Amino acid sequence: MNARRIRVLIAKPGLDGHDRGAKVVVRALIDAGFEVIYTGLRQAPAAVAQVALEEDVDVIGLSSMAGSHVPYCQRLKELLIEKGLDDKLWIIGGSIPAPDQEALKELGLDGIFPAGSRLEEIVDFINEKCT
Amino acid sequence: MTVPTKKRSGASKHRADDTRPVFNESGIEIKTTYTAEDLEASGGVEMVGLPGEYPFTRGIHREMYRKRPWTMRQYTGFGNPQDTNERFKFLIENGQTGLNVAFDLPSQIGLDSDDELAIGEIGRVGMAVDSLRDFEVAFDGIDLEKITVSLTINGSAAVMIAMYLAMAEKRGYDISKLRGTAQNDILKEFIGRGTWIFPVEPSIKLVADTIEYCAHNAPKYSPVSVCGYHIRESGADPAQEMAYGFCIAKAYMDLVLERELDVDEFASRLSFNFNIYGNIFEQVAKFRAGRGLWAKIVKEEYGATNPRSMVLRMIAGGGGSGLTKEQPEVNIVRGAYYALISALSGAQTMALCCYDEAYTIPSEGAQRLSLRTMQLLIEEMGLCDTVDPLAGSYYVETLTNQMRDRMVEVMAEVDEQGGIVKMVAEGTIQAQVSAQAYKLLQDIESGEFPKVGINCYQMDEEEPEVEYHPYQEEDARSQIRRLADLRDERDAAEVEAALAKVVEDAKSGVNVMPSIMAAVKAYATVGEMTEALVSVYGRYNEPVRF
Repeated sequence: MNARRIRVLIAKPGLDGHDRGAKVVVRALIDAGFEVIYTGLRQAPAAVAQVALEEDVDVIGLSSMAGSHVPYCQRLKELLIEKGLDDKLWIIGGSIPAPDQEALKELGLDGIFPAGSRLEEIVDFINEKCT
Repeated sequence: MTVPTKKRSGASKHRADDTRPVFNESGIEIKTTYTAEDLEASGGVEMVGLPGEYPFTRGIHREMYRKRPWTMRQYTGFGNPQDTNERFKFLIENGQTGLNVAFDLPSQIGLDSDDELAIGEIGRVGMAVDSLRDFEVAFDGIDLEKITVSLTINGSAAVMIAMYLAMAEKRGYDISKLRGTAQNDILKEFIGRGTWIFPVEPSIKLVADTIEYCAHNAPKYSPVSVCGYHIRESGADPAQEMAYGFCIAKAYMDLVLERELDVDEFASRLSFNFNIYGNIFEQVAKFRAGRGLWAKIVKEEYGATNPRSMVLRMIAGGGGSGLTKEQPEVNIVRGAYYALISALSGAQTMALCCYDEAYTIPSEGAQRLSLRTMQLLIEEMGLCDTVDPLAGSYYVETLTNQMRDRMVEVMAEVDEQGGIVKMVAEGTIQAQVSAQAYKLLQDIESGEFPKVGINCYQMDEEEPEVEYHPYQEEDARSQIRRLADLRDERDAAEVEAALAKVVEDAKSGVNVMPSIMAAVKAYATVGEMTEALVSVYGRYNEPVRF
């Protein structure tokens, strides 16, 4: 059994600065025993893909509150494929309207945690998929 | 699981065998009954006074809403300036008395619509603005003397204030008489909301520039609205919300006072923005306490002599964090209570979050419902008949004294830690507020902090029928086309010279507002002016602390 802790990247995609949710999730993931890398605000897709590669993460998590997630994830997906990162667990949370959830699933998002999701749902999902 | 020894106010399971003491969010214990003795023990009625008189605890005007109800100013803006102009007119036709402009994210952080980073964001969360031309379209046909305009803009506020003033001047208004407000509170952007551009020091220097410029040129304009609101949204409790807001306001005042301006020449134009969700009595006490405390600070610490310098003018509204995605129609009722809190608290301006905000940019119907909520209070519920109707309640007066004491404690803690500017620059205040947000969510998830629809009275819900605001790709494309036309049509040499002057003034450290005004009038873009300033000031590097 590998003793390596699960490594999770949490990023704020796009230009929005509402980071309460992202930071709360980071704290919950740290408390759950994961290694968490938080990027801070305004991360372009290329930056997220690069950090994911350099930090050798198991999970790429995005926190989106302002609606630009579909075009953003389209661009990020291309970069993840290019860098061979498309096998990583890819999740998103925040203000994700129902019509966007289908589009995100089609893009390959493994987990969608809209506002109102419990912290333990996110933790359990990661544990289940990564162990 | 351990049972907390304190009970949160409002806890739903009021059981006879639960004898734990009850605390409000600000950490003040709530008694079962209040009497004259409690009021006396909390400091008595020394700070109560009369409405319109120092220390203004009871309100900043003698007659308050009887003379003029609060201004109704829903936060609005999306797509291109033409779309937003239409929504503005819809709201005015429905009885709205002020405008509150939402800008898209590229505009808020100083990017032009043709910037690569703006892709997918143009017009999404607010109106896209690239140049003075966009302001001309957005406010076309709106009487700027009848309808006051508030610009919710921070990182790029110096540029947007200049655009607003230049637009008004072009339309023939005398800007020395023009009223209006800009949010322009960058310190809170570093704590929550996040539309910063420059490092902390030059960012607050720009705020001081706008205050100084307006004091000389547009003395009726409110260049800053200090926001406890977003700090509360980020996790602060109500007493911290107001205390941090005051620390921030003082930081701006201290900078302006270094510029040979007297406190009475600008303090009356500072305004504030606070949140209203939560315990009704704690909120009302917060506003009453805050008014008295602010008046005391401005009079005693700053030596102001004009009573208008001492008044806490405020927009009190929003309440986004109080609303839920679950059972969204319940948010309509929450909004009505929040509006009641705001009216009982003596706010000058009110804006309500709409019930569908957890899902989408509010629909016209949701916006109208928020307006009707406020109009009901004015027309049917008697909220405008008498000033500060909760005054004299043993509970409310005691709590007002206790909230004021708590705010004083929080401000002293900030001073002990080196002041608000240092704490923001180091990220310590952000870390503290976010730790509290985490604790609150844990309390909600455990059921300790009751939230209807989330941890009590839940239902199996179908996805509600929501009118999603569609993102208009075509609007974004037309905005980029209009920007390309502008770049072709304007006098390139004039723009270049104006931008060079902005750089020169930023380097020399003089007030940059005059050169920004000139650049705006030459139709320089938001992105160009921001880049000119970045070339001197640099960009903020976000400290990440947990």
